[in-house]
Amino acid sequence: MTGVFGLLAATWAYLLANSDRFLELFREHLMLVFVSEAMAVAVAIPLGILATRNDRVKRVVETVGNVAQTVPTLAIIALMFPLLGLGFLPALVGLFVYALLPVLTNTIVGLENVDGGTVEAARGMGMSDWTILRKIRLPLALPVIFAGIRTSTVLNVGTAYLAFFIGGGGLGVWVIGGIQLFNTPQLIAGAVSGALLAVTLDGLLALAERRLGGEAGTGHAATS
Amino acid sequence: MIRFDNVHKRYSDGTHAVDGLDFEVEEGTTTVLVGPSGCGKTTTMKLVNRLEEPTDGTVYYDGTDVEALEATELRRRIGYVIQDIGLFDHMTVGENVATVPELKGWDADRTDERVDELLDLMGLPPGEYRERHPSDLSGGQRQRVGVARALAAGPDVMLMDEPFGALDPITREELQDEFIDIQREIDTTILFVTHDINEALKMGDRIAIMRDGKLVQYDTPTALLDEPKTKFVEEFVGPDRTLKRLRVLRVEEVMRPEVPDEYADIVDAFQGNDAVVADGGEIVPVAPTDSAQVALSRCIQAGVEALPVVEDSTVVGVVTESAIRNRQSEGA
Amino acid sequence: MLAAVSFLGELLSFAAENAGRLARLSYEHVAITLWTLAIALPVAVSLGVVISYYERAATVVLWVAGVLMTIPAIAFFGVLVPVLGIGNPPTIAALVAYAQLPVIRNTYIGLTQADDAAIEAGTGLGMTRLERLRRVRLPVALPVVMAGIRNAVVILVGLAAIGAFIGAGGLGDFIFYGISAGDTAMIVVTTVALSALALAFDYAFGVIEQWLRLRNGEEVDRAVLTRTLAAVHARLS
Repeated sequence: MTGVFGLLAATWAYLLANSDRFLELFREHLMLVFVSEAMAVAVAIPLGILATRNDRVKRVVETVGNVAQTVPTLAIIALMFPLLGLGFLPALVGLFVYALLPVLTNTIVGLENVDGGTVEAARGMGMSDWTILRKIRLPLALPVIFAGIRTSTVLNVGTAYLAFFIGGGGLGVWVIGGIQLFNTPQLIAGAVSGALLAVTLDGLLALAERRLGGEAGTGHAATS
Repeated sequence: MIRFDNVHKRYSDGTHAVDGLDFEVEEGTTTVLVGPSGCGKTTTMKLVNRLEEPTDGTVYYDGTDVEALEATELRRRIGYVIQDIGLFDHMTVGENVATVPELKGWDADRTDERVDELLDLMGLPPGEYRERHPSDLSGGQRQRVGVARALAAGPDVMLMDEPFGALDPITREELQDEFIDIQREIDTTILFVTHDINEALKMGDRIAIMRDGKLVQYDTPTALLDEPKTKFVEEFVGPDRTLKRLRVLRVEEVMRPEVPDEYADIVDAFQGNDAVVADGGEIVPVAPTDSAQVALSRCIQAGVEALPVVEDSTVVGVVTESAIRNRQSEGA
Repeated sequence: MLAAVSFLGELLSFAAENAGRLARLSYEHVAITLWTLAIALPVAVSLGVVISYYERAATVVLWVAGVLMTIPAIAFFGVLVPVLGIGNPPTIAALVAYAQLPVIRNTYIGLTQADDAAIEAGTGLGMTRLERLRRVRLPVALPVVMAGIRNAVVILVGLAAIGAFIGAGGLGDFIFYGISAGDTAMIVVTTVALSALALAFDYAFGVIEQWLRLRNGEEVDRAVLTRTLAAVHARLS
């Protein structure tokens, strides 16, 4: 046990001594996560709406989605390198691509699961398709869509560590550097802070999800 | 066969589901527990196969305190049929029926033979039904499988909890009739739970009426109709007791085993035929197990005073309209 | 168009030249995944069975498994290195943890969805708790449990690639070499191999699922491979 406490003490000391660097990396990590996630949400929701109104789009989205599910996160990040080179931007694009899928799937599922009777009633009251989408379908699908955003965000925190491999910065710098240099306090500081970030975001989003009326379990996200 | 000795069942929420029950289910009878919902009838039944344990008193199975028997062993000796049927949907019909024989470790040949025998008995030809899945069957067929499954290991006792309760009225009637015949064949002690007094009168040799966990009256159907002991029983049995008496009265109870001369022509005309034409219409004979109501309505339809009683294609006596009417008015 | 064709040629020639190494790395990758499953599945399925009897424990176990799942993989691997060294042990240990949630959750859901009436009938007919589990609840839960396992396997194949960074070997090696050497063909071919591996695992478990369901006497739409297996089995027995 002393070993564990000693290690924690050393980690804490390392963190204090390098707090400026830590905050910089943490900020980078957050930037990677939030910007890529925001982009993913901005693209996935309209695309999901389009897919529910056009069967061909839906077929393409589903086929690509099924295959994409089997592509490891590491491979997606790595593929950005030949396409876009090294640095923050390629990492951001890689994360965006990976964050897209859960939001997209849940948008489609959420919109399609809206009770047919409700839509029928709305149509009977003279609502246009657009009004039905805006006033009925989207509000009812919101909890499901939000669950997708939650899964996607938690995954994203983990995937963002891999950004380091293509020079994207973030907490991966400390973790991967720590592994390579056998600098255990640095490794733990980078790993634990990211894990806490993931768990905290998951909890906050679960709370928000519950407020929207969704069924919130604990982190049904697969990390990278 | 099953004896309740001052049995109580209280639940932790304070409900007194069974309150000092004292009675015996006699061997070879069909005894029906009947009463309004919440009267404790289902709990009483579950005390027999130990799905419930009494908080006080003793339940004896064939003279032994059920608490002294191993629960699973006891249950494998008792057939169990429930309203929701509870077939195993992932198994075929045959595998469902084979459940208890397999639990008991019968060899495969004996089990297969038994499964086919029971499916035949329940009117589900094994060649057609054994390999099918419960989801392909109608509600009535599913409950036939449920009954066959309960009978599989030749139980001494059958517990049936509203077995026909979830079926449509026509299917229910059919299954009741068939089950009465089957019961004669298998000769098992049956404890049957229902909330429907008509079903109780039809199925039961003995009827135990329960209310608030207590036994109110325990009698034969006829006695129950003739002499309801309390106002509650009278109301529960209902206002049309005369008609009900006709339904519980069997032809064998009112028939004459000899054939008087005056009816000889009816009987002679019948010999060898399934039906003969009389003045008013067709004379259809009755069986000893038919109800007096059936006999009476056939008399009226054919415009005759008497009907031949036929068992295994031979005339065993006659039943007359006047004999039925006399018996009907006796109790009223 | 010409560029695309020449790129495809580049990929094919890479695959041809490195077929031996790709096969060895795939073999390592499969070995890591199978070791993980051999440890993770008995644990996760047993936990799922146990918590199906204790609702309180279910909440706690599912919560813990959920939290484990939110820990970033590279961080998890990294934290285990000082404890377990480098190579297979820390990789497999972390992967075992990641496999828990999908399998425990689906086992739990599958077992608790069995029809109450069927369970009551089973009890009433004299089945012991174990017999009810084996004859009624598990067969009913099987498709849901298998869906959880298939979900876990696809996740494991992907995460195992990251294990290469802490010396576990497998196809992840080629991804990391590809990045450091700037070898596009290497990255793309390995990505395709990883994806194919995940699909193959998924398919294999699909076949196992059908096989088990057939053995339970269920009727299922047989995939081609299952039909073949059934025919072979019939000839042997």
